[in-house]
Amino acid sequence: MNEISSITEEFVKLIGIEAEPEFWEVEKGHIRRFAQAIGDPNPLWQDEGYAGKTRYSEIIAPPFFLIDAGLVKFVDRLVDMCPDKANINGGTEIDFYRPMKVGDTITTVAKLSEVKEKTGKSGPMIFLTVEVTYSNQEGELVARCRNTFIRR
Amino acid sequence: MSGQIYFEDIGVGDSLPALIKRPTPRQLVMWAGASGEFSEMHYDKDIALQKGFPGIIVHGMLMASFLAQLITDWMGEQGDLKRIKTRNEQFVLVKEDIICKGSVAKKYVEKNDHYVECKLWVEDRRGERRVSATAIVTLPGQEADKDVTL
Repeated sequence: MNEISSITEEFVKLIGIEAEPEFWEVEKGHIRRFAQAIGDPNPLWQDEGYAGKTRYSEIIAPPFFLIDAGLVKFVDRLVDMCPDKANINGGTEIDFYRPMKVGDTITTVAKLSEVKEKTGKSGPMIFLTVEVTYSNQEGELVARCRNTFIRR
Repeated sequence: MSGQIYFEDIGVGDSLPALIKRPTPRQLVMWAGASGEFSEMHYDKDIALQKGFPGIIVHGMLMASFLAQLITDWMGEQGDLKRIKTRNEQFVLVKEDIICKGSVAKKYVEKNDHYVECKLWVEDRRGERRVSATAIVTLPGQEADKDVTL
């Protein structure tokens, strides 16, 4: 068995196993830094006076803010299983159910949901799909995210 | 951001206002800090080269966030982003000019909600596509607003 296939086997064993839930607080300063990093001046993410007059009545987080919770750390752990390979983000799918607001405590549950091995131009590649569920302190579902990473 | 857009105002094939970006090393570092994505190939050229890239590459999630900026700007405060799906087709190098674009693909009403599906993408100066995406949003309807004021 070649090296890549044995790594793939290790990943396959992890499919469907949910990681321990992680808790994450949504902070105003963090949202501001996130919006500034994108260069996104939307006042809903930064201006309390503006956001306060909207139906949200407070600052909410931009759509991809949630990746910092649950997703990135979980993927880092998978990446550490084969650190010599390049990690390429294949794409992201997010369903949004509720806004994420300043002061929310978000619970994330992550799992590896799919593993595929393919041979590309530059050799063998492993496709990993990770799923993360986000819920708030009321137990309400906030979002679901699926992300595919390519290890090559 | 301009005024609120309504479901009745838009038609299939309409273009969304384009967004031009030029991610700099500084922006990638800001993104790493804000998103927790600290993979070295996004700020250390030696490591990027070692991993087989011609230079420092832009985070896929940052490009996804540019597309999210495009759609949330367009839908306005009363719009709701329900779903977004992105596919990274070709990497983008730091300091490359990229243009984020979108168009209306579909509009429909379901359970009194006004849905609009948009195609979004990131292209380079030559018009070559780097990221493709689909977003589904709900927009306010002018009919619904009239009901409220009656």
